[in-house]
Amino acid sequence: MSDAALLVQGLTRRYGERAALEDVCLSLPRERTLVVFGPNGAGKTTLLRVLATLLRPHAGSVSVLGSALPAQSWAVRGRLGMLAHEPLLYRELTARENLRFHARLHGVREARVEELLEAVAMGSRASEPLRTLSRGMVQRVAVARSVLHDPELLLLDEPYANLDPAAVELVAPLIGVGGDGRKRTRVICSHDPSGGLAEADVVLGLRAGRAALLRAADQVDPDEIVGLYR
Amino acid sequence: MNVIERQAPALHSSSADVGRARQPRTRLVVGALLRKELLVELRTLQSVPGMSLFALSTFVVFHFALNRNSVEGDLAAGVLLVTLLFAAMLGVNRLFVADADQGGFDAFLLAPVERTALLIAKTLTLLAYLVVLELVAVPAFGLLLLGSPLGPALPWLVVTLLLVDLGVAAIGTLVAALAVHTRARDLLGPLLSLPLLVPIVIGGARAVEPLLTQAHRTAPAIRWLLTLGLYDLVFGLIAYALFDFLLED
Repeated sequence: MSDAALLVQGLTRRYGERAALEDVCLSLPRERTLVVFGPNGAGKTTLLRVLATLLRPHAGSVSVLGSALPAQSWAVRGRLGMLAHEPLLYRELTARENLRFHARLHGVREARVEELLEAVAMGSRASEPLRTLSRGMVQRVAVARSVLHDPELLLLDEPYANLDPAAVELVAPLIGVGGDGRKRTRVICSHDPSGGLAEADVVLGLRAGRAALLRAADQVDPDEIVGLYR
Repeated sequence: MNVIERQAPALHSSSADVGRARQPRTRLVVGALLRKELLVELRTLQSVPGMSLFALSTFVVFHFALNRNSVEGDLAAGVLLVTLLFAAMLGVNRLFVADADQGGFDAFLLAPVERTALLIAKTLTLLAYLVVLELVAVPAFGLLLLGSPLGPALPWLVVTLLLVDLGVAAIGTLVAALAVHTRARDLLGPLLSLPLLVPIVIGGARAVEPLLTQAHRTAPAIRWLLTLGLYDLVFGLIAYALFDFLLED
């Protein structure tokens, strides 16, 4: 079995006639962070959804945590956590009810819910419906949801969106370090060249669905990332 | 130095502690889903009150439109079954909306659970909506359109309506899961489910008709109850076989 957490070869995914991803190749070892840059519509979210088993690849091969997708998607679910644009939480439920619901789906003990609510400083607001909370607070709960089951791979779409600096300080350790104290394996979509580069071990730059940049982070000039957006 | 290294990890629960990669039992997952469904409905009141109000206002309209103090027999059976069916459509259309709009589908698909759990939970949810609807609608029907009380025919009516509800719940869940990913979901739901539900309306109306005949209320013909049961079983199996594919990309 390959030691790579992710191994993608020639990945193509279309929506109708339009290719959202075309011939994308990448690999990522465990305990490393891949940061994906690219302008709106470049294919970042589509890449995350393919890796999350939510979209099927139309061509190419994708291996996540040693399992080939889509054939072995069942072996991957439950081992990855996803933080998307949508918080994947129900607005009418409270933060606590939402996390308890997800804890039951993942077979996680309920005490973990209270630990995470405290960790994201939402303990005092945990009994209020999500629709009454600010976007930053909802994002904190969504981060707690994504790491609730201590996933082996985290897929994060702009994880610090809507968060103030204090909240970033709270959630960064949760999405950075796993329950066993090891660095998490992560794929992060970002529009922040300096912040993203600081987190990255590997950088992927997407433009119109194609990989325009794939390199170790220490070999990437921030201007190259800025150039992706021009 | 990156953000991770600047922060001390706040939690050190081991994988075993949080239960990672352990597949929860389907029964527990169904329970969690059902609890969530009912909580959301209790807080939003988007389905059951709408369904009940629709049924009540339809009976009032029939009461005046037919210009009769009471109906009986096949006419009464038809009015009751058709009204319940159209009221059920409101619930079917809303069954997956919160999941589709708020990312609940994705969250469920990312969990290491049997997908059948969602089918079972949604079917039970719709079944619960229908039972509550009938607790409101049947007494109102009796009050507005039936000449005399049901009396000993009531248990048979309950049995018949439960068989009808099972079929509506199975077909409604299947069709709602299919329609919710489309842009025309409000149109597609009824358009797909009404033809599939016609045999249930026919079987239900035939079974209920002798119960609503005022002169001599008799038990429903067993063949219609068996027809309803068989139809429920067939569509239960079809929903079970197809549901996974409806959730896939």
